[in-house]
Amino acid sequence: MNKQNPVVELKLPVIPDIELSATKTAEVISRHMNLSEEKTGEISMAIIESCINAFEHSKTKEIFIHFIISADKLTIKVKDQGVGFDKSKVEIPNIENKLNSDERKRGWGLQLVSALMDTVEYDSDETGTTVTMTKKREDNE
Amino acid sequence: MSDSIKNVEEKSGVVVITTSGYFNNIAGDAVLEVFNEKMEEGRTNFLIDMEDSKVVNSIGVSILIELIEKLQTVDGKLAFTNLAAIVEKTFNIMGLTKYCEVYDSVDSGVDNLS
Repeated sequence: MNKQNPVVELKLPVIPDIELSATKTAEVISRHMNLSEEKTGEISMAIIESCINAFEHSKTKEIFIHFIISADKLTIKVKDQGVGFDKSKVEIPNIENKLNSDERKRGWGLQLVSALMDTVEYDSDETGTTVTMTKKREDNE
Repeated sequence: MSDSIKNVEEKSGVVVITTSGYFNNIAGDAVLEVFNEKMEEGRTNFLIDMEDSKVVNSIGVSILIELIEKLQTVDGKLAFTNLAAIVEKTFNIMGLTKYCEVYDSVDSGVDNLS
């Protein structure tokens, strides 16, 4: 990543549905990058889920989102300065297990982000969490 | 009626629930409330029209898993129509489409469910 890569930064307070403001930004950036409608939808959904995870679990009052535009991909970082989490302790959800059981039906965020983006990395400790995810501009890259 | 519900009607014995706007926890709960009312009236076939809900989150969608669970106890059916591509993809990833059909139109859904 070089210094010329344009970066768009958002700071979002924890208020209902504020994640939609990030998806609007993502749509503008996707258009700028000529990304397909399919990729744009996937990026928006991944942002929604990452924001919700941060709002629900980090116990922080605001999150930061960085969109880094480069020639071959869009990189999105969703950061919080919350309590962090241990990804290894997050169970992979399965609808069969959730049906006809007392298991809570929620808990799909990480799986969705992983399925929708090309790469996803989590860096988390007691000072906060950064989710770094990328979407390639072209499918064959 | 909740702002998240645009319309509820019955067509050939199928309850058609049309949602509106961002399908989040509030919208999911609104659908669940309508669903529960109709279940108590004995209805077992439901079609959710999401033409006006192009954006969802997993909390809202996870509430729909409760509908599937309840319908399994009465041999009922839940189906969806007018899904945006990313919404259908989300349903696929979460596994809802293993249990629910997706139709191209309300009429097609009603024809198949009734």
